[in-house]
Amino acid sequence: MAPVAVVLISIGVFFMFSGTIGFLRFPDFFTRMHSTGKSDTLGIVLTLTGLALYNLDHGLTLASFLVSLKIMFIAIFWFAGSPTVTHAITRAAFKSKIEPWTKDGRSVIDWPPDKEETK
Amino acid sequence: MRYVLTFIILFAHWIIWSGIFDAYHLSLGVISCGIVTYTSHSLLFERKEFRAVHIKEVTRFIKYFFWLFYQIVLANIHVMRISLSPRMLDLIDPRIIKFKTKLKKDISLVTFANSIILTPGTITVIIEEGYYYVHALDRKVAEDLPGEMEDRVGHIFMEDRHG
Amino acid sequence: MDNFLLGVSIFLSVLAILSLYRAIFGPTDMDRIIGVGAVGTKTLVILILMGFIYKRVDMFIDIALLYAIINFIGGLLFARFFMRKGVL
Repeated sequence: MAPVAVVLISIGVFFMFSGTIGFLRFPDFFTRMHSTGKSDTLGIVLTLTGLALYNLDHGLTLASFLVSLKIMFIAIFWFAGSPTVTHAITRAAFKSKIEPWTKDGRSVIDWPPDKEETK
Repeated sequence: MRYVLTFIILFAHWIIWSGIFDAYHLSLGVISCGIVTYTSHSLLFERKEFRAVHIKEVTRFIKYFFWLFYQIVLANIHVMRISLSPRMLDLIDPRIIKFKTKLKKDISLVTFANSIILTPGTITVIIEEGYYYVHALDRKVAEDLPGEMEDRVGHIFMEDRHG
Repeated sequence: MDNFLLGVSIFLSVLAILSLYRAIFGPTDMDRIIGVGAVGTKTLVILILMGFIYKRVDMFIDIALLYAIINFIGGLLFARFFMRKGVL
């Protein structure tokens, strides 16, 4: 199990790394929310899955199985909870009239765009 | 029925998290799970009766979950490429887009909103009167909305039959 | 394997310090809040890695769960506060 765990942990940490880099580089609050809210979530889920697999490597007893189950519970909790926090904070920012950073100044547009609208 | 189910779920969690199997701790668990079941039995299961439809919903939801995980990995790689590229400011085109949804039930609205947030590049900002306000990171991820995901979510919770 | 886990936790600490930059110097208050949240996610993983390094996972896992729940509730509380009062 150990090689699979190493691969999973490496991929997860790499996602968290890209999330942090995006968090530092993006131009405004909403775009920063993208990188911190989601690359981190996928990174955590992959890393914790890898750790749970590695934990089973020492021999499959009841205690180690329970510990792996707990790690997976934290991963699932985070998977369900992180979008909630992201949505709540973004909604608070939108309600308090923070203007998103855009290229052409029109922050809210209808979708799908009308025919006369050109790129 | 829902008392029993809530109690079983709570007690399974108690056993997993305590990890001690003597009579003292188990009886403590029975007492506290009983109290919590009595006070909050209507939170977990809203409906009183259960039909075979709900089991089908659960299996379809698990199938949807695997599809969603695949989409999340794909889209995450896309956003990773944007955030690591040196020409990042040219690649992004962030804006809030507003589109009408055809979903009706609360549970499918919540599932769809959570799926949008988990797919990188898009955040559900607010849901008002059947309109979704979604913040999209660039043009490409915005074009995928509402798209296939909405149909799949509607299919899980049988939107088209008895919405 | 222990060296690998140690290296991963050191790398995650560096990432947490980088996120701390936004928490301290962030242009707006919302940036600071999500900066604190980002530090919290790294700390959660570091806690479990510490458990593997010190061979006490069964103890550290409970601390990690508490940390995850506190992080979750804290984010929701801040969002609720800003919904009521508006951004300061």
